[in-house]
Amino acid sequence: MKLNRRDLLKGAAGLGVAATGVIGAPAFSQGSTKVLKFVPQANLANFDPIWGTQYVVRNASQLVWDTLYGIDNTLQPKRQMVESEEMSADGLTWTFKLRPGLKFHDGSPVRAVDCVASITRWSARDPMGLMLKAIQKELVAVDDTTFKWVLSKPYPKMLFALGKVGTPICFIMPERIAKTDPFKQIEEYIGSGPMRFARNEWKPGALAVFERFADYKPRSEPSNWMSGGKIIHFDRIEWIIMPDPATASAALQSGEIDWWESPLPDLIPLLRRNRNIEVDIADPLGNIGAFRLNHLHPPFDNVKVRQAVQMAISQEDYMRAVVGSDTKLWKKSASFFTPDTPLYSENGGDALKKGPQMEAAKKLLAESGYKGQPVTCLVAQDNSITKAQGEITADVLKRLGMTVDFVATDWGTVGQRRASKNEPGKGGWGMFHTWHAGADCATLAGNVGVRANGDKAWFGWPTSAGVEKGVDQWFDASTLDAEKKAFADINKAGMDDVVYIPTGFFYSYQAWRKNLSGITSGPLPWFTGVKKA
Amino acid sequence: MFSYIFGRVLATIPVMLVVAFFVFSLLYIAPGDPAAVIAGDQASPADVEKIRASLGLDRPFLVRFSEWFFKLLQGDLGTSMFTGMPVIELIGQRVEPTLSLMLLTVILAVTIAVPIGVLAAWKTGTWIDRGIMAISVIGFSVPVFVVGYLLSFFFSLELDWFPVQGYVSYKKGFGVWFEHLVLPAIALGFVYIALIARITRATMLEVLSQDYIRTAKAKGMGQMGILFLHALKNAAVPVVTVIGIGIALLIGGAVVTESVFAIPGLGRLTIDAIVRRDYPLIQGLVVVFSFVYVLVNLCVDVIYTIVDPRIRY
Repeated sequence: MKLNRRDLLKGAAGLGVAATGVIGAPAFSQGSTKVLKFVPQANLANFDPIWGTQYVVRNASQLVWDTLYGIDNTLQPKRQMVESEEMSADGLTWTFKLRPGLKFHDGSPVRAVDCVASITRWSARDPMGLMLKAIQKELVAVDDTTFKWVLSKPYPKMLFALGKVGTPICFIMPERIAKTDPFKQIEEYIGSGPMRFARNEWKPGALAVFERFADYKPRSEPSNWMSGGKIIHFDRIEWIIMPDPATASAALQSGEIDWWESPLPDLIPLLRRNRNIEVDIADPLGNIGAFRLNHLHPPFDNVKVRQAVQMAISQEDYMRAVVGSDTKLWKKSASFFTPDTPLYSENGGDALKKGPQMEAAKKLLAESGYKGQPVTCLVAQDNSITKAQGEITADVLKRLGMTVDFVATDWGTVGQRRASKNEPGKGGWGMFHTWHAGADCATLAGNVGVRANGDKAWFGWPTSAGVEKGVDQWFDASTLDAEKKAFADINKAGMDDVVYIPTGFFYSYQAWRKNLSGITSGPLPWFTGVKKA
Repeated sequence: MFSYIFGRVLATIPVMLVVAFFVFSLLYIAPGDPAAVIAGDQASPADVEKIRASLGLDRPFLVRFSEWFFKLLQGDLGTSMFTGMPVIELIGQRVEPTLSLMLLTVILAVTIAVPIGVLAAWKTGTWIDRGIMAISVIGFSVPVFVVGYLLSFFFSLELDWFPVQGYVSYKKGFGVWFEHLVLPAIALGFVYIALIARITRATMLEVLSQDYIRTAKAKGMGQMGILFLHALKNAAVPVVTVIGIGIALLIGGAVVTESVFAIPGLGRLTIDAIVRRDYPLIQGLVVVFSFVYVLVNLCVDVIYTIVDPRIRY
């Protein structure tokens, strides 16, 4: 006979444990259907989506702050807080009108000045925002519900910039909050989104609580990613931080939590065996594994060395190390862009498509004049993705005949050291591993990795005139064909110059209790439309 | 006695000052950059640099140290770089779960370990003694997280007796508080039980070989009286010492236990702070932990005078 918890408590009561009369109600059942218990991918350590651009902050922010536009699952921007917009014939003046009746959580109305201040703060931190700022002549509130943005040059990607999903998102905050220096953290968390942030219950590292905002005015269109009516069916959403995946797995199995955003691939078979749990791909846009090379110092300042490494790697090896043997979870991709999206291109990616070609790579390395300089390979051991990639890379480099200085460290140290432009032997580095969200790499809006504008580029500071020419073409493109051509050119130039080396495309899973319905796949967890039976 | 306690409390001040200086210095030279973590993976090097400047991390060591130290003297532990919340508030949020866990662990461990240590000494050389010592070896050998996972698997997932994770305040009822803490306390206390049981056994064996024990037996005193009234009282000083030392073990073990059982305590806060390089929070936590440790040692010294009247300060 299986003794259940109630029996145990009854037995304990008989033994006098319950004689105190204060045995409480079961606390680890799933509780109300109006409360959602969600385990996010990481700790919500701060809550300013402009100051801190971690994905977990963005994901929580979409509950609290609303956006002017939001992309749908075809990556097209749709109106969200905006009722209408108008672009002048020369493409230089944009006029936006807000929907009536929008309110912040403190009861104050959303005004055009709030939008102006929020856009100003966002544009100081976002790559597209910075481009807009560079061509901005004027951004002003015309009246309480209308604001005008005057540019010196047309910017066809305007609506996409305001509705994109990559960090930082242009969230709208009250003017007094949005006037905070973009490099300093806000101190109030007032938005106009469907949920309000329960600041008094926030325990960073443990719990974040969001409560329904009764005055939220959803759009009438059906919810679709960042767009449409954001109707939340919960009075309360609890984000419970669980650093240990085994604990989160057990909690999901026991029904103590409802939804786990990012279960480890190793635990998926176990979760699938549980008839009360559903498992599915979290984000159809997936992720692109990457290792960055330092273009400033030997040996990777030599394009032939970079090409030799590119030729030597096997994306399959990387992907099996990162996500395991489940072939539904990964695919090879000779591109800096997200597979299965409209602009995807593998132009110039022959080396990765054919790879590994170890003998040809060795020959190329010999031709490069490589003199055995050690490659300082930074590998964050506290992240399973970077750790797996680092170990594969070290093996490839050794087989290629390179000297590897394997620096096993943590992500915090990689974050510091990768910013150093010193020589590898003097506190600098030769390569590090990371990955980019597919949502960021579907366009150039948040695709920082592919940019190759030298000192202004992301860590590694690559320079490629071909890539930058293609980037300019894309931002100026007004037709899909023009955009596709720009992407093909960028991919070719980026692969030739080896801006960085993509290690493959992979998905991750999410898991939830079957009494939840309405969960959809997307670049971030959407709570709209989710119900609990 | 009171002057002794007062003197000891005063003596903690230089200890805390030295701790504060070392902690600050170690963090200064340790690798890692909170600005890079805050900025996120997509941030540009220029953005990281601006955030670093806004956090004041680009200032010289002495400027930063003196600013922090001056605030510390006023009882201000600073503000977390990540959350923007006062360190004292963050620590305050986490004190109750950790204190609860440690309290229950100590009660559980002492309640179990002392009697079985006495029993092992009494039945020395028998299968009972060997069995108890074998269990204590296991207690020393098996890591806390393994015990935690095993307990969680059997008692939570298989039997559904206890929750897998979390903490519920005692304010919501003793029952829910207890059922959330019992598995973590057992996991954390396993090594502690082993330690106390072994020390109790060893000191009891020594005491039981003393002449006055033989005299008590000759006078016809009962076994329980001999063990608990005479022997245990005289064996108590080393046991109390090891219980005190064990508090440090518990602080270290709580870090792992709180992660395995998702208890929002000081241990997890410490790990999170270290991973993110949240310097003010790490410094605040170390200062608090060292203060607690000094305090526990003071309590142990005071308890000596209670269990052994020969000790006077």
